Amino acid sequence: MSIHGASIQNNRLKKRYGADRRFRIWCGLSVWVVVIFLAVLFFGIGREARFAFWKTEIALDIPQSFSGDLPSMMGAGLALDGRGISPNQGASDLLSPGSIKVFDAVPPVLPARVWVPAADDVNHFFSKKSNRHLVEADRRLTDGQVDYLDKLTQKGRVRQVFNYRFWTEGDARDPEFAGIHGAFWGSLYLLFVTFLIALPIGVGAAIYLEECAPSGFFFRLIDVSVSNLAAVPSIVFGLLGLAIFLNVAHLPRSSPLVGGMTLALMTLPTLIITARSALKSVPPSIRMAALALGASPIQMIFHHVLPMAFPGIVTGVLISIARAMGETAPLLMVGMMAYVPGGASGFLSPSSALPVQIFAWARNPEPGFMGHAAAGILVLLGLLIFFNSLALWVRRTFDHRV
Amino acid sequence: MARSLSRINAGGGGAVALWILKICAFLAIFVTFGIVFSLLLESVRFFSFISPVDFLFGVDWSPETLYHTPTNPRDWGGFGILPLLSGSFLITLIALIVAVPLGLMIAIYTREYASSTARSLIKPVVDILAGIPTIVYGFFALGAVTPFLQKMGAVFHVTISPQSALGVGIVMGLMILPFIASLSDEALGSVPRDLRDSSLALGATLSETICHIVVPAAFPGIMSAFLLAASRAVGETMLVVMASGLSAHLTLNPLDSATTVTVQIVSLLTGDGAFDSPKTLSAFALGLILFLITLSLNIVAHHLVRRHIKKRGV
Repeated sequence: MSIHGASIQNNRLKKRYGADRRFRIWCGLSVWVVVIFLAVLFFGIGREARFAFWKTEIALDIPQSFSGDLPSMMGAGLALDGRGISPNQGASDLLSPGSIKVFDAVPPVLPARVWVPAADDVNHFFSKKSNRHLVEADRRLTDGQVDYLDKLTQKGRVRQVFNYRFWTEGDARDPEFAGIHGAFWGSLYLLFVTFLIALPIGVGAAIYLEECAPSGFFFRLIDVSVSNLAAVPSIVFGLLGLAIFLNVAHLPRSSPLVGGMTLALMTLPTLIITARSALKSVPPSIRMAALALGASPIQMIFHHVLPMAFPGIVTGVLISIARAMGETAPLLMVGMMAYVPGGASGFLSPSSALPVQIFAWARNPEPGFMGHAAAGILVLLGLLIFFNSLALWVRRTFDHRV
Repeated sequence: MARSLSRINAGGGGAVALWILKICAFLAIFVTFGIVFSLLLESVRFFSFISPVDFLFGVDWSPETLYHTPTNPRDWGGFGILPLLSGSFLITLIALIVAVPLGLMIAIYTREYASSTARSLIKPVVDILAGIPTIVYGFFALGAVTPFLQKMGAVFHVTISPQSALGVGIVMGLMILPFIASLSDEALGSVPRDLRDSSLALGATLSETICHIVVPAAFPGIMSAFLLAASRAVGETMLVVMASGLSAHLTLNPLDSATTVTVQIVSLLTGDGAFDSPKTLSAFALGLILFLITLSLNIVAHHLVRRHIKKRGV
C-alpha cells in the first residue's frame, strides 16, 4: 500500500519536473525565435542589397571616324563587328536609358572603348541563373536580346563591376544612376539643424528641472508634459511641424531646416529625460562642496555638475541622433518626399533624407530600386551602429564613476 | 537642494542664466501645447464640414470621392473613422498576441534561467531589435513576410491578401517585443526575493514559482508594459504605410488587408490638395484621435505602476 502511494507520488513529482523542464525549453525557444528573425532579416536585406552594389556594364566600341549625334554614336558603338553599323532597337535597349550621361564626363576625344551601365532588365536577367530558361513571355528580355547579350559576353564586352555610382550620385530616374550620396548629405544637414536646436534647449530644460526648479505647479506641469511627450507617436510631431512651420511660418517645404526643426521637437522630450538622469547621477556632495567653497549656484552648475554629467549627456545625445536618423514619418508630413535629383544643396532648398529615400525606393515600381532600398538600409544601419558604439565608447572612456 | 537654489540671488550674470534655463523649460511645455492646440484648431475647422457624430460613428471612409453622385449629395466623400479604428485595432491585437508571450518568456528566461554569459548575449540581441528603424521592419514586411504568407495561403488554398493584416501584425509584434521584454523584465525584478524563496522552500518547482507567484505579483507592471506596447503599436506609422493597404473596409479578418489611422494620415497629407479642404483637415482630426488614444493608454499604464508601487510601499 505504502509502496503504491509512493509510486503515485513519484509519478506526480516526475510530471512536475517534466513540466518545469518543458517551461524552461519554451522560454529558451522564444529567445531563439528572436535570434532567427534577426538572422533572416539581415540575410534577406543583405542578399537584396548586392543588386545595388554590383551592376552590369556593357562596352561600347566607338569607331574613331564617327560623326553624328550621341545616341547614334552609342548605337554604332554597340555594334558587334566594330564597323559602326547600328544594331536594332532591341539591342540598344540593353543599355540603361540614362547611359548617355556617361558621355558628359568623357573628354572630347573619345577613347575607343567606353563602358556604360546596362539597363535594369539586364541586371535583372543576370540576378538569377534560372531567368535564362524561362519562356520569352515570362522574361523581361526578348530572345533576340538574350542572344545579343551572349554575343557581347563572348567578346568580353559585358562585365560585372562594383557600382561606385551608388556612393557618389543622388537620386535618379534609372536605378543604374541613382545613389545614396544626396540622401546621406540631406540627413547630415537635417541632423545638424535638429541638434543645433534640440541640444541647448534640452540640456537647458533638464538643468532647470533638475537643479533649480521650485517644486510647484510649473515644475509638475513640465515634468508631466515631458514624460507624456516621449510617448506621443512620431507622426503627431509631423502634424505639429506641418501646422506650425509650413502653414503658419511659411518656411520652405521639403527643406532640411523644416525637417530638422520637426525632428528637434520629436527628440526634445527624450533628450530632456536622458540629460536629467545624467544630472541626477552626479552625487549631491559635489554640489555641497562647490557651494561651501563659495561658488554661486550658476558656477556650481556650469563648473562642477555639468562637466561631471557630460559623458551621460553625450551618450544620450548620440542615442537620440541614432533615433532621429531612422525616423521617417514626421519627415513625410513636412513634404520631404520630393524627388530631388542630385542631392541636398543647402538648408533651405528641397532635399531628401536617408530613411525617406529608402521609402521612396522601396515603393518605386521599377524592380531595380528594391536593391537600392536594401542597400540604403545597410547604410542606415551602419550609421546607427556607428553612433551607438560611439555612445558606448564615450560612456566607457569618460565616465569614471561607473 | 533644488529649493535653496531658486531662493539664492545669484547676482547679475546668474539671474540671466537662470532666465535662459527657464525659457528652455518653457519651450518644452510649448511643444505639448503646440500639439494640443494645432490638432484641436484644425479639427474644429474639420468639424465645421463634417459633424463629429458622422466622423466618430461613420462606417464609410472614402475621402477621395470629390463629386456628387445620387447616393452622395455632399461635395466630399465619407469620413467615418470606424473602418480605420478597426484596422488599427486588428493589427495592434495581432502584434500583441505575438509580442506579449514571446516578450514575457524572454524576460523570464533572462531573469530566471539564463546564466550571466547567456544574459549578456541575449540583452544586446533584444537591444538590436529595439534599435532597428521602423522603415526597415516595413521593408521586411513588404518584401518578405506578406508575400511569404500569401504563398503559404496558396498552398493551403486559403486566399490571403498580399497586404494582409496578419503579416503586418506579426512583424509589428516583433518590433514591439523588445519593449515588452525590457519592461516585464523590470517588473519581474521588482518582485521581492523572499516571495520567490518561500515558494521554492515549500517545494514548488521553479516554473511553478514563476507562473503562480512571480508573474502574478509582477502583474501590474506587466499590464503596464502591455498598454505601453499597445500605444506604440497604434501610433506606428512606417511599417503599416509600407506593408498594409489603403482601402478602408470594416473587417476583423486577419487574412484581409486592413488600413490604419496612421496610414490614412500619411496618404491624406502626402498627396496634393488645398489645405482648407475637409480631406486635408481630416488628417488633423485623425491625428487628434491618435493622440488621445495613445495618451490615455500611457496615463493608464503609468497610473497602474504608480498605484502598484504605492501599495507595496517600495
